[in-house]
Amino acid sequence: MNISTSTELICFAILSMVVVLGSLGVILLANIVYSAFLLGGVFMAVAGLYLLLNASFVAAAQILVYVGAVNVLILFAIMLVNKKEDLKPIKSLQIRRVLSAGVCAGLLLLLARVDLTTPWALPGPIAIGEQATERIGEHLFTDYLLPFELASVLLLMAMIGAIVLARRDVLITDVGTGDSVDQSLIEKASTPLLIDKSTTN
Amino acid sequence: MLETTTGPVPLQAYLLLASLLFCIGVWGLINSRNAVRVLMSIELMLNAVNINLMAFSSYIDGDLIRGQVFAVFVITVAAAEAAVGLAILLSLYRNRVTIDMENFNLLRW
Repeated sequence: MNISTSTELICFAILSMVVVLGSLGVILLANIVYSAFLLGGVFMAVAGLYLLLNASFVAAAQILVYVGAVNVLILFAIMLVNKKEDLKPIKSLQIRRVLSAGVCAGLLLLLARVDLTTPWALPGPIAIGEQATERIGEHLFTDYLLPFELASVLLLMAMIGAIVLARRDVLITDVGTGDSVDQSLIEKASTPLLIDKSTTN
Repeated sequence: MLETTTGPVPLQAYLLLASLLFCIGVWGLINSRNAVRVLMSIELMLNAVNINLMAFSSYIDGDLIRGQVFAVFVITVAAAEAAVGLAILLSLYRNRVTIDMENFNLLRW
């Protein structure tokens, strides 16, 4: 075993440990802000795994999109909805957790068995290595052109949909009643439209 | 040392890691009571799928790295999903003033 292979093994071990422990922290930690930052760490470690697989373009896209956009979006959402609330205790919560953990462990066993018993076609053809970025560009503009264009339409739809769902009313007068509509950007105490029946009685 | 097509890390190790990450994501999806944490679990599951795609692309697909192209598309769809999901969460919070998943039972019969 020479130094490059051992380095790769050590890098894989460290990155996979970060991924597993970080994701466990994401779902188990009580403080949601810690979870969000740990999620960023998990995304970075996954990008490192992509670098180990000679995929520098996808690793860069992972860091840009996930760490730079999705994680920041999640942090902003936490900031906007973070209210200290005492969760109501639920009956048999522990039983539910143990049962779902059993189901997940079964799924993991099934996947691991498929993984370890399937005769994969290894070793495959020579990996492309450093020319991966050029090849992705060729794919995107020849045989994957239609999904590429559809992805842009999807992003536009998601952007408009997110704005429509999350915005406040910006009309100065209500169309229906003619009353003036509150335009301030600061959150005010307002009665919720759907009264929660479970807390009133 | 000979120039090998595969590194010292076997393909099965990547697949095991991805399945472990996916199962952690499923558990978090079922058990989280905070709606933001549910979205985080979905992101974890999407990342597990991406690791699978990238590992197959690097080990088996060789010259045509179709797995990497699919991973780029998955990242795109995940970004769109996160934006719309968080917008839905914001309007839900505005209407019900809670993010406890146990209170979102309007459609339950």
